[in-house]
Amino acid sequence: MSRGAFELFAALVLLGAALSPAAAQTAKPASEEVVHEVATQLRCVVCQNLSVADSPSEMASQMRAIIRERLAAGESPADVQRFFVDRYGEWILLSPPRRGFNLLVWLLPLGAVAVGLAATVALVWRWTRRRRGVRPPPVAVDAAMSERIRRELESGS
Amino acid sequence: MKRPWRWLIPLAAVPVLALLAYGFRVSPRDIPSPLVGRPAPAFALATLEGAPLSLASHRGKVVVLNFWASWCYPACYEEAPVLERNWRGYRDRGVVVVGVDIQDKREAAQKFVGDLGLTFPIAQDLKGTVSVDYGVYGVPETFFLDRQGRIRVKHVGAVTDDVFRATVDRLLAEAGSP
Repeated sequence: MSRGAFELFAALVLLGAALSPAAAQTAKPASEEVVHEVATQLRCVVCQNLSVADSPSEMASQMRAIIRERLAAGESPADVQRFFVDRYGEWILLSPPRRGFNLLVWLLPLGAVAVGLAATVALVWRWTRRRRGVRPPPVAVDAAMSERIRRELESGS
Repeated sequence: MKRPWRWLIPLAAVPVLALLAYGFRVSPRDIPSPLVGRPAPAFALATLEGAPLSLASHRGKVVVLNFWASWCYPACYEEAPVLERNWRGYRDRGVVVVGVDIQDKREAAQKFVGDLGLTFPIAQDLKGTVSVDYGVYGVPETFFLDRQGRIRVKHVGAVTDDVFRATVDRLLAEAGSP
């Protein structure tokens, strides 16, 4: 009887030990929303133009598992991002950080739009001004011609 | 109407052409690794047969760490004989080749190893954690570690005899030989 109880106790201890890593994870589960948010900012390394959140590849799913694990261990999303940048470089980030040389990527399109708008405004202003200033010379139409135009309009051909 | 600045308009194409000329010369696969010069991340994995294989057990040697997969055709099939040949040639001189099989099935990997007659130690990175620690984004990728355990060179694509010998000879020639 007491031996049976001891065996039961030992089995429970072993079971507890086996489950403890799983228990530690379920104790502080990472919300899938945060996992997804971190994953959308990381480039799937095997597909280059997809995020880790969007890629169905095995590598991406392993990276999502790593994100989930690190968040569950108490790291912040920024920590997890830094973890990947430390290993892959800034290349892993889908949008380059807004500093240094990278600023060009953010500012050039804005500059291009500004230049394009300015050019459009200037051109439109010039075209409209020219039409207002200089009237096109009236086309001379003699009586025979206007008679012919009238006839052809009426015949509908 | 005179437009003295008209000849400047085609000039607008110059920066675009310059950008394209630069962009087409740069390989999108040549991504600088932030790990070069840093200590190689430690790992403890299991071989395809289930025996333990850790980086620490090769401390003090020049380590050629090769990430591969059996589905990586043809590059991995091209470089495997190169790695095997040089592993045999250099193993008595304090050099070890370690393969890490990633994103793979055990049977397929074992067939690859058998077909190509590979004898150097090969570990399987089932969870992908070692691949991420090394910033691996494709196969094959090879890291050359010096005797102090620092990553010195990262090679993307199949390793050739020339690359292997030149890199390993350079690392062997450095001070710190056992």
